[in-house]
Amino acid sequence: MATVISVTSGKGGVGKTTTSAAFSTGLALRGYKTVVIDFDVGLRNLDLIMGCERRVVFDFVNVINGDAALNQALIKDKRVENLYIFPTSQTKDKDALNREGVGRVLEELKQQFDYIVCDSPAGIEQGAVNALYHADHAIVVTNPEVSSVRDSDRIIGILQSKSRRAEKGEAPVKEHLLLTRYDPERVERGEMMTVQDVQEILAVPLLGVIPESEAVLRASNIGTPVILDRESNAGQAYEDAVSRFLGETREIRFLKPEKKGLFSKLFGTGR
Amino acid sequence: MSIAGPALQGALVTVMVVKVSDDWRSALPDFLAGHIGRNPTFFQNAPVVLEVGEARGCATRDDFRQLKELVRGHGLMPIGIQGGSELQRRAALESELPSFPAAGRREAAPRTAEAAPAPAQAKKVDPAEAEQRAATAGRTRVVTQPVRSGSQVYAQGGDLIVMAAVSPGAEVIADGHVHIYGALRGRAIAGASGDTEARIFTHSLEAELICIAGNYLVSDSIDPQYLKRPVQISLAEDRLIISEN
Repeated sequence: MATVISVTSGKGGVGKTTTSAAFSTGLALRGYKTVVIDFDVGLRNLDLIMGCERRVVFDFVNVINGDAALNQALIKDKRVENLYIFPTSQTKDKDALNREGVGRVLEELKQQFDYIVCDSPAGIEQGAVNALYHADHAIVVTNPEVSSVRDSDRIIGILQSKSRRAEKGEAPVKEHLLLTRYDPERVERGEMMTVQDVQEILAVPLLGVIPESEAVLRASNIGTPVILDRESNAGQAYEDAVSRFLGETREIRFLKPEKKGLFSKLFGTGR
Repeated sequence: MSIAGPALQGALVTVMVVKVSDDWRSALPDFLAGHIGRNPTFFQNAPVVLEVGEARGCATRDDFRQLKELVRGHGLMPIGIQGGSELQRRAALESELPSFPAAGRREAAPRTAEAAPAPAQAKKVDPAEAEQRAATAGRTRVVTQPVRSGSQVYAQGGDLIVMAAVSPGAEVIADGHVHIYGALRGRAIAGASGDTEARIFTHSLEAELICIAGNYLVSDSIDPQYLKRPVQISLAEDRLIISEN
């Protein structure tokens, strides 16, 4: 029976799709059969970040409307065994997904997969609620910045009241905090919130800290999840996060500014 | 600071209560005539609440109409009833006599599923949950999880205890006291139905707004020396007083 992980945030642009791509890839690399679903109807990005935008034939909306079978819409990832992408429609909007249809599709997916990662759109309305409704786990993606923290708090409240588990009175969704775009130098200068600052306000267990990294933009440009860039700090931090999710103990890295040697200062680092 | 312009506020008022006995049809006229006769100006148009707990014979619409006319006929102004049964309350309402709770406390909502507030959204109100909510109104409500931004918790008829932080953008409200064993970063409203004795307690005052019985202070207006301190907030002569615990 599959585990559903919703990647959500409230705030837009904090790294949900980057995280969904990296996390699902990480799970698949560990041998788990994983599907990552784009819930952002009309503003779909997951297919771009996963590098499969030229192979999209059928999508989530088609399957819900009965125009296509689930297996016709699923796209098998070319790089990683066990990984599938379920894209959504770019021409419709969020009202095209209804709770009942989403439920049916997820039930079907649960028969085939170990992990189902739901990439949520920004916001707190129907689109985001659809993406978190079936969650067993939620990764709350947050930037160390006041607006993002406020919005994450809001989405956590919604998780606790509007998820299926909340409505049915089952064990609550397990919440995990993922701090993204963390810049140790700015934290040291006092410009950016620390991990402790964010945790004090949100009071959610920390899954990981992903440092600000140029590798993220490079990865999305070439359509490769950043976790596959083994040299980058961000890629390694996502790897750590997946390990922690699976129960391993990993120390939180990349919290301190890197000490740049003379060589690095002259020729730049591969951050 | 009081709210300017029209407002809906709670208040405590003192009013006379006329205890209506079971033999009211025969006994009440003489009783009222006697009392009022001694001091007619004092009683002229005085508002009174009718205590009908013992007047079991007064239970129909006609009964209450007659009772109201009788009392009115002696110069008093009946404004409502007290202590009545469910049946009496319904009958009295038809003569425009609402029910007052005993001793200034909000009465628990009637234990029927129909009485559950119908939410505007499509969320179904589970009748068992509504009944349980009605049954616990008036007792202290305890919340053990952080109150998240956008959430609102209302302890009707009683106190509220929050065992974690209240986030910015969240509201914690009680008719009685509000106790927060954590940081108060949102809004806290005590004495929501007008109890001026209600207080707010918190381990760390970082509130967006604090309010007791309609008198409020926003974050900007809170004396900075109390910020992030453990405090209690009370009301004295329409002003909020903050003191460190």
